[in-house]
Amino acid sequence: MTAKLVLENLKHKPMRSLLSFLLIGVPVTLILTLVGVARGMSEGSQQRARGVTADIMVRGSNAGNTFSFGSPAVPQAYVNYCETKVPHVKMAMGVINHALDLPLFMTGIDQDQFNRFTGGFHYLAGQHGLREPYDVLVDELYAKQRKLQVGQTVRMVNQDWHVVGIIRSGKLARIAVQLSVLQHLDSADGMVSQIYLKLDDPANSDAVIQYIEEHTSLKVNTMDEIVAMYDVNNIQGVTEFLYVVMGIGVIVGFAVVCLSMYMAVLQRTREIGILKSLGGSNSFILRIILAEAVVLGLGGTVLGILMSYGACWLIRTFVPASLPMIIVPSWWPIAGAVTLVGAVLGALYPGLSAARHDPIEALAYE
Amino acid sequence: MSDGYIIETRDLRKTYHVGKVDVPALRGVDLRVKPGEFLAIVGPSGSGKSTLFHIIGGLTPPTAGSVRVADQDLAALSEAGRTRLRKRTVGFVFQKFNLLPNLTARDNIAVARYIAGADSKPDPKFDELLQRLGISHRLDHKPNSLSGGEQQRVAIARSIVNHPAILLADEPTGNLDTENSKAVLDILRDLNERMGQTILMITHNPEAAAVAYQTIHMLDGRIIETT
Repeated sequence: MTAKLVLENLKHKPMRSLLSFLLIGVPVTLILTLVGVARGMSEGSQQRARGVTADIMVRGSNAGNTFSFGSPAVPQAYVNYCETKVPHVKMAMGVINHALDLPLFMTGIDQDQFNRFTGGFHYLAGQHGLREPYDVLVDELYAKQRKLQVGQTVRMVNQDWHVVGIIRSGKLARIAVQLSVLQHLDSADGMVSQIYLKLDDPANSDAVIQYIEEHTSLKVNTMDEIVAMYDVNNIQGVTEFLYVVMGIGVIVGFAVVCLSMYMAVLQRTREIGILKSLGGSNSFILRIILAEAVVLGLGGTVLGILMSYGACWLIRTFVPASLPMIIVPSWWPIAGAVTLVGAVLGALYPGLSAARHDPIEALAYE
Repeated sequence: MSDGYIIETRDLRKTYHVGKVDVPALRGVDLRVKPGEFLAIVGPSGSGKSTLFHIIGGLTPPTAGSVRVADQDLAALSEAGRTRLRKRTVGFVFQKFNLLPNLTARDNIAVARYIAGADSKPDPKFDELLQRLGISHRLDHKPNSLSGGEQQRVAIARSIVNHPAILLADEPTGNLDTENSKAVLDILRDLNERMGQTILMITHNPEAAAVAYQTIHMLDGRIIETT
């Protein structure tokens, strides 16, 4: 009967109920979108790092424990050094990164070296490889985001680039240009951002790392460590930002439900009086209000989840490369719990206020 | 039951505090009602009849004096105790029907059973009563689809669904036309005669009061005459 009372109350004021669902759903969507974008970026980066098929990455000596794309700090000569002098290294490849609009990077590669190292890009359209200095390869997502087609010119880094090929996402870079050209544009001739190493046997990773660290001041990590650095939990600020958004979710849920239920209690003063005249206890009245808040919270969560699919569609349609969002169902219960906490807290004051209504005054309420 | 009375008040007083002013609503009411009686309480506005009704119904505590309803000393009852009294011992019928607008007639009756903790098994006797009330075919309608007379009959059904010892009716015909008023009064009389239902009815209407076996006249918070 409590369920029927709650559902009939919600049906009785459909616009109020819908608005409450919507407003409660917004923070759920915010949380799920943020998590989805962070996970999408993280997983995309991990996929591109794995796609290189390297065993070890060498970075500049100032590289930190969390991953960051700093200025090119590794002399290119180390590419040859690693390949010829370091035991167990089969191949080495140096690349340079140039940050565009974060999280997008332009990556400078030596096409022959890249092909030899990784087996090359998978081409979806256009020519295979960079030939002219200002040729650029873009992946399908960046091409979609910028509406680029083979043969078009695109301006990046104060330079017009000629789109010569569309590549499949998932290997090293979204935007690839010639290494020497990007080095020149960045005034970093002879420098690279990182060097990838492929070993004769991945089991020799420790020996290789030890050798390079003993003989140079470079920072060396296995690719597994690098991939782990891309994990969303290891990206600075994301977790903290997520907590802030969750806090906002609780506050918004609290405020929306508090306001909505306060109005509902005012509107239903007489009905509360009727229930009390029938012998409804204070706890019975409070239970109805809290149950309604829980239903609002659950409905808001479901709507928020649906809206997160909408947000995902919008993001994938308009900025698929910059914000590669994915749906993360494991966060649905968390977002729902955040909302329910806010909803129940928000319903407490109106609920207690309703429970304390004097039955005679409530029955006389017009 | 003390001395065979289902309701017994002695020197019952109630004073409301309106700001800093004390407003006496009952100034010493002595009333005794035996089980199965049908009493009408009449009097002008402000005579204290509604306050008496509210105290006997456990909606508000008295300020002084004693009041016993079905062997319970209401003056000593806590708010929770008065809530329990309203669940099972008294049933209310109001002038404005006071049905829950979001629920069907059937659910309005069911909610009273639910609150009282009664099981949801159908009661053949109650079904028969619904037939007599003439609302069996209207149970799946919400109050806004029912006429005033039908709403009041649903309210009567709700008030007695838990077989209360006392039925308190506050101006039950106040919002009804003559035909529906007569129907409701006939129902109350029938409930009293057939089922021995104790009824206290507040009314302004002399014709309604005439349906009861006894009429109590109130003025200025006191009973001035019993006819």
